[in-house]
Amino acid sequence: MPTEQTKDIIVFDKVNKWYGNSFHVLRDINLNVKQGERIVICGPSGSGKSTLIRCINRLEEHQEGHVFVDGTELTDDIKAIDKVRKEVGMVFQQFNLFPHLTVLENLTLSPMYVGKMPKKLAEEKAMLQLKRVRIDEQAGKYPLQLSGGQQQRVAIARALCLTPKIMLFDEPTSALDPEMIKEVLDVMVELANQGITMICVTHEMGFAKAVADRVIFMDQGQIVEQNNPHDFFNNPQTDRSKDFLSKILGY
Amino acid sequence: MAETIVFQSLPSRPAPVNTEGLVPWVKNNLFANWQSSIVTIVVGAFLLYYVPQLINWAVITATTVANADACRAEGVGACWGVIREKYRLIIFGRYPFAEQWRPLVATLLMVGLLVMSCTRMFWKTWLIAAWVLVLAAFFALMYGGVGGLSVVQTDRWGGLPLTIMLATLSIVLCFPIAIAVALGRRSRLPAIKTFCTIYVELIRGVPLISVLFMASFMFPLFMPQGVTIDVLIRVLVGVTLFAAAYMAEVIRGGLQAMPKGQAEAAASLGLSYWQTQFKIILPQALAMVVPGIMNNFIGLFKDTSLVYIVSLYELTGALGLALNSDADWRPFKLEGYLFIVAIYFTFCFAMSRYSLWIEKQLNKSKLR
Repeated sequence: MPTEQTKDIIVFDKVNKWYGNSFHVLRDINLNVKQGERIVICGPSGSGKSTLIRCINRLEEHQEGHVFVDGTELTDDIKAIDKVRKEVGMVFQQFNLFPHLTVLENLTLSPMYVGKMPKKLAEEKAMLQLKRVRIDEQAGKYPLQLSGGQQQRVAIARALCLTPKIMLFDEPTSALDPEMIKEVLDVMVELANQGITMICVTHEMGFAKAVADRVIFMDQGQIVEQNNPHDFFNNPQTDRSKDFLSKILGY
Repeated sequence: MAETIVFQSLPSRPAPVNTEGLVPWVKNNLFANWQSSIVTIVVGAFLLYYVPQLINWAVITATTVANADACRAEGVGACWGVIREKYRLIIFGRYPFAEQWRPLVATLLMVGLLVMSCTRMFWKTWLIAAWVLVLAAFFALMYGGVGGLSVVQTDRWGGLPLTIMLATLSIVLCFPIAIAVALGRRSRLPAIKTFCTIYVELIRGVPLISVLFMASFMFPLFMPQGVTIDVLIRVLVGVTLFAAAYMAEVIRGGLQAMPKGQAEAAASLGLSYWQTQFKIILPQALAMVVPGIMNNFIGLFKDTSLVYIVSLYELTGALGLALNSDADWRPFKLEGYLFIVAIYFTFCFAMSRYSLWIEKQLNKSKLR
């Protein structure tokens, strides 16, 4: 087990979680993620995909089992949570940019107040991240003045500003117009090719085929099947994943 | 292979019917259909009948002579002379007549400070120092005892200076308390949550008059022998705690309206609870409830008139003091009231316009 943990950057060990008393949202989750691995999680809505990745930076608490992130176990210990959150960046479906701050201020906030970085340096680093997602010319604007695709790219840049080891994406393209999905996916593909550990909840199967090392299929709070994308899409092993794939690839 | 058709968009053109300018406005707003035409004519006739009468009373047949007999003469309208006669008593209350330059200067300083605090170009760190200085100067001038000024006990303070001081201090002090209580009511810690809820419900459940009464008459009973706290401070604490409970609920409304994603994004970036509240949640939540906050501020400004119950004669109380005791001038209370109405309105209207300006500033980030 200890040797396992040094290799694996994220470990879920028999994790269970409930909402209230009766909704058993995660059931006996065992999952090991290697450093630099790119994982796509898919599955029907309500299957616990988002809850699973939100346990990685403790936006959700699990009630049973253990979650380790880069060797730190997530418990009620605030220091551990803070340490993990510095190493884990997250991108949300609804972008969740801070609308009262400019794009640049959105990016510098955490480095300045959490990372104690001087303002000038934080701004330089933020501009580099904005260039990386090709949106540096919008640095002085407010988030709501940008298109959805631009906002999501800003959100990705913001998450990258703490130079995280792990990036979590929670349905990053689900709230976007079709024409904007590509610009966000392009940025994510570039990121994937740079060796960062990535866990992405998405229904963009093209993205999964292009970059994922592993596809995880979830249903009813369980990991039903996991495989490399080629085998998962061409030769699904369970009836549940066959059924799911036939539905989402139907059109 | 078929040739690609080039897409061409149609040029935009102006609307066919003119909807801008005076004539279309009158037509659309006053005479749009027969019902609205009738209402326009009835209201117009009403105004034509009464407005000239009002002007006749207030201006044409009015007198400004400070002589009660002249006011009683046949055919005389408004008696503005009552203000000329009594304005110092109304504005400064029972403050010693010869020393009334002191509350005048103190009030001007205070109003100047308030205007400065509302102006963007003065939003610098030294403004805090200005507040400390002006408040110190205010109390030094009003109370005296320094620089050869004679001491004037707080029970002699009155009129507009008292109104402005009570309103300003209670507004400034209630705001941070209200923020703390609003956050407390949403706390995950049961003790804090319960305490804040009980506080709000208790205060909201009683009228301000009873809070003032308790602050003034009951509180001293619980103090050890020989210890007295000035009635002005007791009343100020009472008004502040009262206002804070209402304000807390307005602010909590703003907090409730915040999407959960904002706090989650802040948490995912590693921000602590307090950083999240002060950098992310409160700036947006407060911006959302500016109209409600200003509503409370304006209400608070006028609620200060209730301190007459504990024998503090601010603007409204001072008017009663000025006219009730004088049989000659007592019949002209209406003119006196119109005078303080004008003063109250000036302040409240300024606050209301200022709140609109603030809203505009805060909404800049939402403009596309």
